[in-house]
Amino acid sequence: MTNSWTDIQNTDLVVIMGGNAAEAHPCGFKWVTEAKANRGAKLIVVDPRFTRSASVADFYAPIRQGTDIAFLLGVIKYCIDNDKVQWDYVKAFTNASYLVKDGFSYSDGLFVGYDESKRDYNRSEWDYQIGPDGYALVDETLQNPRCVWNLLKQHVAQYTPEMVERICGTPKDKFLKVAQMISETSSPQKAMTSMYALGWTQHSKGSQNIRSMAMLQLILGNIGIRGGGMNALRGHSNIQGLTDVGLMSNLIPGYLTIPTEREVDFQTYMGSRGFKPLRPNQMSYWQNYGKFFVSFQKAMWGSAATKDNNWAFEYLPKLDVPAYDMLRAFELMHEGKMNGYVCQGFNPLQSMPNKAKLIRGLSKLKYLITMDPLETETSRFWEKHGEINDVDPKSIQTEVIQLPTTCFAEDEGALVNSGRWLQWHWPGATPPGEAKHDTWIMAQIHLRLKALYAKEGGAFPDPIANLHWPYKDQGEPHPVEIAKELNGYVLETVYDPADPTKVVLEKGKQVAGFGVLRDDGTTACGCWIYSGCYTEAGNMMARRDNTDRDNTGAHPNWAFSWPANRRILYNRASADLDGKAWDPSRKLIEWDGTRWSGYDVPDIAPTAKPREVGPFIMNPEGVSRLFTRGMMREGPFPVHYEPFEAPIANVIAPKIRGNPVARVFKNDMTQFGDATEFPYAATSYRLTEHFHFWTKHVWVNAVLQPEFFVEISEELAREKSIQPGGWVRVWSKRGSIKAKAVVTKRIRPLICDGKPVHVVGIPLHWGFTGAAKEGFGPNALTPFVGDANIETPEFKAFLVNIEPTTPPAVA
Amino acid sequence: MNMELSRRAFLRSAGAGVAGTAIGAFGFGGIEAAHASSIRAFKLTTMVETRNTCPYCSVACGIITYSKGDLRKGEKAELVHIEGDVDHPTNRGTLCPKGAALLDFAKAETRLKYPMIRKPGSDKFERVSWDQALDRIARLMKDDRDQNFVAKNNDGVTVNRWTTTGFLAASATTNETAFVTYKVVRSAGMLVFDNQARV
Ligand code: SF4
Repeated sequence: MTNSWTDIQNTDLVVIMGGNAAEAHPCGFKWVTEAKANRGAKLIVVDPRFTRSASVADFYAPIRQGTDIAFLLGVIKYCIDNDKVQWDYVKAFTNASYLVKDGFSYSDGLFVGYDESKRDYNRSEWDYQIGPDGYALVDETLQNPRCVWNLLKQHVAQYTPEMVERICGTPKDKFLKVAQMISETSSPQKAMTSMYALGWTQHSKGSQNIRSMAMLQLILGNIGIRGGGMNALRGHSNIQGLTDVGLMSNLIPGYLTIPTEREVDFQTYMGSRGFKPLRPNQMSYWQNYGKFFVSFQKAMWGSAATKDNNWAFEYLPKLDVPAYDMLRAFELMHEGKMNGYVCQGFNPLQSMPNKAKLIRGLSKLKYLITMDPLETETSRFWEKHGEINDVDPKSIQTEVIQLPTTCFAEDEGALVNSGRWLQWHWPGATPPGEAKHDTWIMAQIHLRLKALYAKEGGAFPDPIANLHWPYKDQGEPHPVEIAKELNGYVLETVYDPADPTKVVLEKGKQVAGFGVLRDDGTTACGCWIYSGCYTEAGNMMARRDNTDRDNTGAHPNWAFSWPANRRILYNRASADLDGKAWDPSRKLIEWDGTRWSGYDVPDIAPTAKPREVGPFIMNPEGVSRLFTRGMMREGPFPVHYEPFEAPIANVIAPKIRGNPVARVFKNDMTQFGDATEFPYAATSYRLTEHFHFWTKHVWVNAVLQPEFFVEISEELAREKSIQPGGWVRVWSKRGSIKAKAVVTKRIRPLICDGKPVHVVGIPLHWGFTGAAKEGFGPNALTPFVGDANIETPEFKAFLVNIEPTTPPAVA
Repeated sequence: MNMELSRRAFLRSAGAGVAGTAIGAFGFGGIEAAHASSIRAFKLTTMVETRNTCPYCSVACGIITYSKGDLRKGEKAELVHIEGDVDHPTNRGTLCPKGAALLDFAKAETRLKYPMIRKPGSDKFERVSWDQALDRIARLMKDDRDQNFVAKNNDGVTVNRWTTTGFLAASATTNETAFVTYKVVRSAGMLVFDNQARV
């Protein structure tokens, strides 16, 4: 989230698209209710199903899953055509005026530079024209045909209301009503918030779904303001934190990146991370990359990271592929190229697509280690459970070690909510049996590995042997000790660069913020964006002062919000060019002639003059991007691509299947089904009574929603002679499941490109362990392909067939 | 509303205060103390209360757990009750059907209690000690790492990577667990490393 849950009370219009907050984030959704009740805010829901959110919406429009980009580009076109643009914001705070290289072009669904054999682009033309001074060329009058604004206008021209209806199945009048309501928030006095979740991310072009809305929000001037923003509701309680701390193949905490093997040495690595400003005076905050990186290396390897060894650069593994995301991991497993796998609190057998492939992959491992508070299907993948898990244990040679861990009630530490609040919690219960903290288990593994290397030697033991391990009890690091490492501390007394007689911080002290971090080895910091969370003043994440001056929803003294306790990102953009709030009733920070101040921590240097320094300080441009240069793999503007399995061909580019740059592994291409054989558009979803596969272990929730089902329309039920509550078989090119049919009015057939399209809804929450009845879940059916930029699997749009059947055989 | 203000102490004094003011106002000052002492203490006041957040979704509702026994005094603590934290700015005491049933998660029958090993070809888990499990894990990991560690790629560039064992991190563990995990996984040179951000 750019904003926070409590900030939603400040909005005038909520758009829930790609999510279902009333169902999946019930206690956060209350802030929508507040905005509706107290400010007369309106709620729009756009979804293939008439969801629980839709049931309390002011306006609902149906859409076929996987067509959100066409819809949103249609809304952008509507806003441009009807002059519903916050012009001052767009001109000053976006790259609308930047000139793009002459070689850049788009036609028939593809941008310039496409190489079909590589399923990739040469992106060199997707960039600005650079002047002799090294800065990007701009035309503030927006007259130049090569400026971003004119290219955008041209790019969205084909997404007319008629085209939107053809692709999305949204009736034109409903689309126009939504577009009109959204466009009204181009007024500086109106705010719109976008609330989305996995309904946007779980597509082969998920990143571009989100980007489309972000562009719309920029055009309307809704980013950086109270009641505005791009609000990723997120899923699990700490998925924000796990990502912040960089637990991904290509990340270093704080969104730094692991080197690739093309970056042959430290100098090359840093060379591509210079982030020189693209316009005069801009902060281009990533220029501090070196300070964050060196401080991270010091937190990892302490005195073993020195200037002479390039801060232990060689201790980091180097990537040979863009990422070893989990789709690739299971592909490697399936090919027999992996021997071991550790699942820490994660149940991939239920969570990942194409279950048959997952079982084959796991069966080829030599060893699988699971760490979880609860039984998981993954740890028992070798166990036969009737048709639901139809395996032969004898033929599976994988050794499985299942480790019991503590749960929330028994451990201590911080979780990061979707609004970026780091909230500390304390343990209140003794773990059952011999269950242990994850921190203890990880420490034990490390210490044993280290001891084995000390005794036996072996492959490059240095990074293991020298891992900085400053904990009082080596075998069980305390969460407070770790939180202090994440915050950062100084290794040597640090002096003010402007006045070397002035001590900034004495040796051994906790830093107050990332501004203190250095690239000379005098500071250490596990995760720079968390700096300020555990300072000399104590644990900021444990703060419990819920006062909220003037009811802005900021709650600045509650817990700690990264970065720097900032509650609304890009909040400089809440004020106009001269630093006065666009809307005085929505004041956030303002320029008083010398400084920025207000309700929130300014997202800009406190003394940075308006009209000089742009509000988007992380970007070398200083402004936000309507045109993303070469930063996204499928193009600088979003394009409508169909899901890999779609009921109709892509209307705007009939020859293109799916996202033309999404990575598809060789054998998976042949495992995509076509509409002739699999005519129905399926989507997976969640229920309010359940959370993933955990709550099926909880008696109350198992009683509330005991049994797996699929949801279909009355029309489809009639067509296929399916009885409400009767058993159906649903199958895709990859697998087959059985479920009871829930026949509802919540799903209606759509007309897309002149053809009726039936939607089949498949909830997620069942398996073969726990208190609920055994059930299949959707992932025996889902396709093994991910988003082209971050590899989120395409769970929300795939094809199936359906027929009435008999109940499945049980174990 | 500061961190030190104990909700339990608040409930105690509020209980006595209500009795005191109501009766005192009617001029029955003398029986005030006797009456107050006759009121049975609210049951949860004998419990240890602990601030926590719901571990399910990223709304992160504040919760209060009530337990018999105090971990801070080195006692065993048994969860008795969980409710929404009315002081929390986001949920203000409310919980959804998941958060409201959290007690049954912590006490689920299918909570894991002991390390287990399933041998190749077996159809069951067998209980082992922590030492057995951890020694085995370290052995398996080290052998695999030593056999498959790539120090240099074909171009002679130092790459120091290990890709034959992977690590999937969770989504509900703390930042602190995450960082210790990061340190252990990365220092081993692992690249097949991911979390549950996407599913
Ligand atoms: S109580 Fe419900 S809404 Fe609140 S954090 Fe838990 S799951 Fe989310």
